[in-house]
Amino acid sequence: MSEPRLVFENVSRFYGEVLGVNRVNLSIPPGITSLVGPNGSGKTTLMNLMTGLIRPTRGKISVLGMPPDRPEELFRKIGYCTQFDAFPKGLTGYQFIYSFLLVHGMVEAEAHKLTVEALEKVSMTEAASRPVAAYSKGMRQRIKLAQAIAHRPSVLVLDEPLNGLDPMARAETIALFKQWGEEGRHVIVSSHILHEVDRISDQVILLSHGYVVAEGQIQGVRSEVKDQPIQILVRCNKPGILAARLFERDHVVEAKVQNDGQGLLVRTRDDDDLYLLLNRIVLENGLEVEAVAPADDDVNSVYQYLIGSEGGAS
Amino acid sequence: MTWSQVTAMPWMLLFSRRAWWIYILTLGPVLITGAHSLFPGSGEHTMANDNMIFAGIFQVYFLRLGIFFGCLGIFSNLFRAEVLERTLHYYFMSPVRREVLAVSKYLAGLIAAIVHFGGSTVLCYLLISAHWGPVFQQYLFHGPGLSQLGWYALTASLACAGYGAVFLLAGIIYRNPLIPAAVVMVWENLNPFLPSILKKISVIFYLKSLCPVEIPADGPLAIIAVVTEPTPAWLAIPGILVVSALVLAYAATKSRGLEVTYSD
Repeated sequence: MSEPRLVFENVSRFYGEVLGVNRVNLSIPPGITSLVGPNGSGKTTLMNLMTGLIRPTRGKISVLGMPPDRPEELFRKIGYCTQFDAFPKGLTGYQFIYSFLLVHGMVEAEAHKLTVEALEKVSMTEAASRPVAAYSKGMRQRIKLAQAIAHRPSVLVLDEPLNGLDPMARAETIALFKQWGEEGRHVIVSSHILHEVDRISDQVILLSHGYVVAEGQIQGVRSEVKDQPIQILVRCNKPGILAARLFERDHVVEAKVQNDGQGLLVRTRDDDDLYLLLNRIVLENGLEVEAVAPADDDVNSVYQYLIGSEGGAS
Repeated sequence: MTWSQVTAMPWMLLFSRRAWWIYILTLGPVLITGAHSLFPGSGEHTMANDNMIFAGIFQVYFLRLGIFFGCLGIFSNLFRAEVLERTLHYYFMSPVRREVLAVSKYLAGLIAAIVHFGGSTVLCYLLISAHWGPVFQQYLFHGPGLSQLGWYALTASLACAGYGAVFLLAGIIYRNPLIPAAVVMVWENLNPFLPSILKKISVIFYLKSLCPVEIPADGPLAIIAVVTEPTPAWLAIPGILVVSALVLAYAATKSRGLEVTYSD
């Protein structure tokens, strides 16, 4: 039996004449999937579409085999932490989560247990009895996250979930994402904080102006960007000799000795050949190599190559 | 949607800051009739006059203004206010059919409206004649008073049900419910001039037939007062309930198409 997926088939969404997303075809497997793109690229539209908060103008969406226009089924499986920073009035953090669990049809004891569990996961137990209106931005973000995860959904859709969190809370939240991803859940995350997305993502979806620019595992996406030479960092004791030998090949377009004199940053159009060549040079010249690693197969680099600095993402 | 949430919603509606002007609509006539009870005047009038004055207040003020605009405020905001406060998505993210959500909100609004306007109607009826003391008590408990009070309360409740359904639908379909409200108001006031078949597609047609006391059909209020096609209660009550149910069913169906686009 094939694994459950979130599937977009030729999905377009227009807001009047304004494009939200266009001709999106995706099949998202379990694990952590990051939606990356500048403001207005369509990340939130995509998330609202998969949760049924808006409808596609064209195309078809299926979430674990369910159409998103049936909330009575969908929201038993899905938890959505939206970007909207508004809450029903007059509720404490505890009541906010507990009341929604009651709507899920849970008996009071079970709703209480899951509320306490969710509050613990986001480190909000102590503040649970205070009104949400009195929370800081970071606390509001965490209570929304708690509400999204409280009913133990198998799909988590998280729109900029790290916004407003302090570094400690970020680290804890990222650890939660990792845990959920490893448990086989779908975790769909949008974030501007690319280096953090990079650390946790199993796959990325790059969006620009409503179009999916690239999708897949980040290394795979990077290798598809043919027009940008791949950067490889070689930490070794004789970078000058290495640079001279590497320039024998046409595909090496740049080799830059690092400031400490203990490394070389190489840009090449053929990384496979470079690795073979590197082995030979090391053996022939007796180089001591400390590390060899790709330097630009991260989300940030791919983002810059494909989308550029238009969105001003960090 | 759990029953506790359905029952909690009317209280939120009742005590919401947005509801201040509905309090004016409900408390205004209570204060006036209360003042009449405290300062009844020189005694030129009779209890029958007070009874007739209340009939006028009920038909002209409650049915055509108070309940109409009160229901406009309560029911058109059931979804609209959530959009303005950017909290509608929490309802839409619940594992609840949109139709159930719409009907639950309608019931919540209905309870709030009945508490407001049913309560106001009963208080006004009691206050306007309270100064007659034992005579009024005799009229109330041993005459037709209690029955009249029951019919007034029932008519007010049915008005809330009917206008509530209409304005729930308006709030779902239109961003600005004032325009459809104006259209409904014109339609309801044109009722006496409409052909027989069209008369029945309105709320006021059934309500007028249920009022226990007819007001004099002379002067400028004659059009409002005269029941051109009297409908028996056994037909009027199911009639308004059927009209309300049909409109509510349509509103519930339309709620499936609602989207969360706060920025629009």
